[in-house]
Amino acid sequence: MKTYDSEDRYIKDLDDGKREIALSTDDIHVSYGTHEAIHGVSLAFERFKITALIGASGSGKSTYLRSLNRMNDNIAGTKVTGKIMYRGLDVNSNEVDVYEMRKHIGMVFQQPNPFAKSIYDNITFALQRHGEKRKDVLDETVETTLKQAGLWEQVKDDLHQSALALSGGQAQRLCIARAIAMKPDILLLDEPAAVLDPISTATLEETLMELKERYTIIIVTHNMQQAGRISDYTAFFHLGNALEYDETRKIFTRPKIQATEDYVSGHFG
Amino acid sequence: MTPRKWDKIATFVLYMISIFIIFVLAFLLLYILISGLPNVSWHFITSKSSSFQAGGGIGVQLFNSVYLLVLAMIISVPLSLGAGIWLSEYAPKNWITSLIRNAIEILSSLPSVVVGLFGFLVFSINMKFGFSILSGALALTVFNLPLLTRKVEDSLQAIHYTQREAGYALGLSRWETVIHVVVPAALPGIITGMILGMGRIFGEAAALIYTAGQSSPSLDFSNWNPLYIASPLNPMRSAETLAVHIWKINSEGIIPDATQVSAASSAVLVLFVLLLNFLARYVGNRLYARLTGVKERN
Repeated sequence: MKTYDSEDRYIKDLDDGKREIALSTDDIHVSYGTHEAIHGVSLAFERFKITALIGASGSGKSTYLRSLNRMNDNIAGTKVTGKIMYRGLDVNSNEVDVYEMRKHIGMVFQQPNPFAKSIYDNITFALQRHGEKRKDVLDETVETTLKQAGLWEQVKDDLHQSALALSGGQAQRLCIARAIAMKPDILLLDEPAAVLDPISTATLEETLMELKERYTIIIVTHNMQQAGRISDYTAFFHLGNALEYDETRKIFTRPKIQATEDYVSGHFG
Repeated sequence: MTPRKWDKIATFVLYMISIFIIFVLAFLLLYILISGLPNVSWHFITSKSSSFQAGGGIGVQLFNSVYLLVLAMIISVPLSLGAGIWLSEYAPKNWITSLIRNAIEILSSLPSVVVGLFGFLVFSINMKFGFSILSGALALTVFNLPLLTRKVEDSLQAIHYTQREAGYALGLSRWETVIHVVVPAALPGIITGMILGMGRIFGEAAALIYTAGQSSPSLDFSNWNPLYIASPLNPMRSAETLAVHIWKINSEGIIPDATQVSAASSAVLVLFVLLLNFLARYVGNRLYARLTGVKERN
């Protein structure tokens, strides 16, 4: 494997007052036990845009993404330092109510993980737990989120059927509907198309393009074409560092860093 | 010898072993049923057992078995659920947890006669419960708890961690996720384990001989007040269960029809346990299908 100078970086500072920033991180370090997986990543994410995190396996992009809504808290021995600023609040501090924060920063995972419940209950269950009991509100949420996720037409007659009978692509879109039912500001997606077939992937991408009108989306993807097609900004991760962060079209046409160029052109490693 | 031939030989041998096992089990089952069922009648199932004359039944023993079963499950289900949930979802991965796990493993292989003597010393003598249904139910709890706990833990562990992550990502706490996501998904396995545990309890004799006792006082089936001394529900009375009854008439029975009574009792016992097993499969599959929409469980 070629070695690259990890000090050779280009990180576009989006927080320049010209645009609205939904979320930003300042010097995020993540370590599992004694092993440090992320070595200080500082990125700002623009509101209502799609930002793609790309990089080879083990580059730390998923780890970084999972630290944004503190999913790494659940893994014993994991330590995350640095600031994650959301609405003027450092959500990485101990005082923050993690459960409340996760309602604002939703997540969709690589493996579709619908609950062993009906389609309807998959979407309404967490809302009910958070205190929403009104039947009409729940009904409406199910319909609007399933429409936004592009699944309504296929399941509207089977809302009370088990969600486990859905295909992989449908299940993943149900997971998106479930996540947006919480009315989050930010949606984190960890390789959501990794286990989907090309047609389901295309549908999913269309869905994401529509969702960005309402949500700020940060997506980890292994698929470079996908990053090119749907994202506005792209961050390239390598060995636990973000080496380049810029507008997607610049990353894919005129990257400033050699490692990025090698990666997007397929001459990496 | 080619790999192909080896495969054929292995297939043949494995088939033979399986057929042998099935044959032995089927023989036992049929033997018990054929020799016992002709002696089973409604009168036999419902009437009192007799001490000296022929023609006694197993009504009281059957009632005792069911009552002990219910009491033992009332005690052991919540305990095993709590312990299993803690082990699967909350226990830190350290030496104390693995020590507890090992202890449960060892306890689950304890011979039931040892459990019975332990129950005799602790519950009957030390805690002064005497030969009573309560002592018996507690001994059965000791006997059954390790396996139930294990089953609960295994069922929960079989639920993929992504289910838990899904709960956390929606802002649910660990407790909410466990109770509303993980436990419902694991319910078919848990219920199956519980029902199989019931079968084990129902057929248990050795753990009860010294705890629930080998005889029942004369019962007044018209008074169901648990505090009344002759009430069938009185937990402080002694109670001979069906399995103990079989053991007793075979070891010291002096009724002339001991052989028939023993055979018929065995048939009833086996049928009941079989019924519980089928029930376990049925309930497990039904629950699984209802929760997942998938017809057959692998």
